[in-house]
Amino acid sequence: MGFLEVRDLKVHYPIRGGVLNRVQDHVKAVDGVNLSIESGKTYGLVGESGSGKTTIGKTIIGLEKATSGKILYEGEDVTNKARSRNKKFENYNKDIQMIFQDATSSMNPKKRIIDVMSEPMRNYFNYTPQETKKRVADLLEIVGMNAEAMYKYPHEFSGGQRQRIGVARAVASDPKLIIADEPTSALDLSVQAQVLNFMRRIQKEYDLSYLFISHDLGVVQHMSDDIAIMHRGRFVEQGSKEEIYKNPQHIYTKRLLSAIPDMDPTTRAAHKVERQRVEAEYDAQETDYYDPKGRVYDLQRYDEEHYVALKPEEPNASLQNENVNTGGGN
Amino acid sequence: MAVERSLLEVNNLETGFRFGDVYHNAVDDVSLTLENNEILAIVGESGCGKSTLATSIMGLHDPKNTEIKGEVIYKDLNLLDLNEKLYNRIRGNDIGMIFQDPLGSLNPLMTIYNQISESLEYHSDLNEEQRRARVLELLNQVGIPRPEQIMKNYPHELSGGMRQRVVIAIALANKPPVIIADEPTTALDVTIQAQILDLMVDIQDETGSGIILITHDLGVVAETADRVAVMYAGQIVEEAPVEELFANPKHPYTRSLLNSIPHELEDDDDELHVIHGTVPSLQKLPRKGCRFAPRIPWIPEDSHEENPVLHEISPNHKVRCTCWKHFHFEGEDE
Ligand SMILES: Nc1ncnc2c1ncn2[C@@H]1O[C@H](COP(=O)(O)OP(=O)(O)OP(=O)(O)O)[C@@H](O)[C@H]1O
Ligand SMILES: Nc1ncnc2c1ncn2[C@@H]1O[C@H](COP(=O)(O)OP(=O)(O)OP(=O)(O)O)[C@@H](O)[C@H]1O
Ligand code: SF4
Ligand SMILES: [Mg+2]
Ligand SMILES: [Mg+2]
Repeated sequence: MGFLEVRDLKVHYPIRGGVLNRVQDHVKAVDGVNLSIESGKTYGLVGESGSGKTTIGKTIIGLEKATSGKILYEGEDVTNKARSRNKKFENYNKDIQMIFQDATSSMNPKKRIIDVMSEPMRNYFNYTPQETKKRVADLLEIVGMNAEAMYKYPHEFSGGQRQRIGVARAVASDPKLIIADEPTSALDLSVQAQVLNFMRRIQKEYDLSYLFISHDLGVVQHMSDDIAIMHRGRFVEQGSKEEIYKNPQHIYTKRLLSAIPDMDPTTRAAHKVERQRVEAEYDAQETDYYDPKGRVYDLQRYDEEHYVALKPEEPNASLQNENVNTGGGN
Repeated sequence: MAVERSLLEVNNLETGFRFGDVYHNAVDDVSLTLENNEILAIVGESGCGKSTLATSIMGLHDPKNTEIKGEVIYKDLNLLDLNEKLYNRIRGNDIGMIFQDPLGSLNPLMTIYNQISESLEYHSDLNEEQRRARVLELLNQVGIPRPEQIMKNYPHELSGGMRQRVVIAIALANKPPVIIADEPTTALDVTIQAQILDLMVDIQDETGSGIILITHDLGVVAETADRVAVMYAGQIVEEAPVEELFANPKHPYTRSLLNSIPHELEDDDDELHVIHGTVPSLQKLPRKGCRFAPRIPWIPEDSHEENPVLHEISPNHKVRCTCWKHFHFEGEDE
């Protein structure tokens, strides 16, 4: 069992409309997801735009409310308790941090870096101003920046530097898990390499875990131990990196992987033929992999470290209900 | 004897932006050719001048604050000499551009139908009915589902990927012989990206157009380009056919970029390659000497050239300067 467990999490947003602005329907942004996070590991979360990745992250840190399901931290039920002032949940708040999709816009432009970075420390530690300064300097050093940077404002840095400051801030409260939402999508290759190297370095040093959200399958492969592929608010496949990349089972995973650009121009034609073959296969077999309403099936254990959302075996449809196989990954 | 001219020729193009009384070149002495049926990729880090190059070709700079020198030759005309009225006829009709920010180039208050139809109206003499048919055909071509319905929608009612496809439909509406696509698939999912790149290749097969594809994604380059120009700080530092560039990269900048691509690491302690420093801002650009030298500080001062120029080192493979011959990564043997 992991120190953080997400069980059958659902986050449904109401859609309002009509003259009375009544709730007419729901967007099932997250619709039954399980995660088990262990120390020192990186969990990649991949899926197309709108599949619910950010919503999972925000719900774990308490920026969105879970509609149903449970989040357990060190065995304690903390569902919808993050951000709560109750001392009882302080550790949870401190131990789980998030780097947002766009670090730049999540930084107050009028605050100096030292203020940006010392905020989480003020909340959780009783440092003297001297200690705070020392800690900020140390953190900046970890992400490869000079201590003088603390007296500057966000706009005085390049995008990559700001993103590194974002990482440093997330580390400031000494967390156990950092939810990193597309932390390098807006960055150039070399700057991305720099940020990814830092993230791996501090992971080793502090035994950090990451929930690494990205639509870049190359980056996810580089960073992750385990990977979950998300589609329409649910996981279509979950498992070790090796299993997912080398032995994908769900048609959606296959299609996603076949679309990763190939860095070798000499095999371009063959790669395109293969990709279009998988696309055609996806179109032909879509109904076998989703229920009649287009919903992703529940995950089933496929192998030791590999779960796939396949159509339940039993031909007797009346036996299939929500409680059968509510997912794996535990 | 008349020489066969390229579809588009850019000769010694310089684009300077004004800062106070001085102009700083964001594009500095760039020469390029584009042929029919060819995809020329332009790659480089953010701020290297890729978009400035594109908008300079399109004649889209504010003359008060921009100084453009050199030539852009299309059909024996130097476009840079044209007046605004003639340039407008070229834009859209002869050169279609897909801008980097798809939302910014759509009018939020106009339906999709009206936006595409407007560009047809301006550049062709189709009647209303023919225009409608053409809009539907274009939306189908770019893979928009339910086009009859979608064309009545406004931009905000479409997903990012769909908006991007509409922008592409507009750029292609008049089957322009030259297409300039500035990061057309950045921020799209890989599956949609693949569809859009296929589409551009299909359209090219049909119309024989030449495409300038601006991107920072080397995977996209490997999958689509015929030729590649690598830009650094306003200059082209290397240019080669795509297979040659990936098999035989020469310039230190090209080699550094290829080395930073995330990949599975063999050893847990291995790290991705990081290029020292950052792309300099225009005002801080060294006026003399080599622009990339500060980013490979372990290379001794005296092995850089004073003002490196492009050399053709094998057929169609050009590299700026000669010191690549002695280049090595930090910690590697020479
Ligand atoms: N506050 C909200 N109210 C209503 N719907 C929302 C809200 N936030 C997200 N959604 C919807 O929930 C779904 C999942 O959104 P989410 O942001 O989690 O996707 P994502 O996988 O992070 O996508 P991206 O890759 O584009 O960031 C989408 O359909 C989105 O439109
Ligand atoms: N209108 C302008 N006025 C002044 N400077 C400008 C202007 N437009 C661009 N620049 C500067 O010119 C340089 C090149 O910018 P450009 O937008 O062409 O880069 P790019 O290669 O397209 O980058 P990206 O990959 O981020 O799109 C940058 O230093 C930029 O700050
Ligand atoms: S002089 Fe050195 S740094 Fe400059 S272009 Fe040549 S190899 Fe590069
Ligand atoms: Mg998101
Ligand atoms: Mg640009």
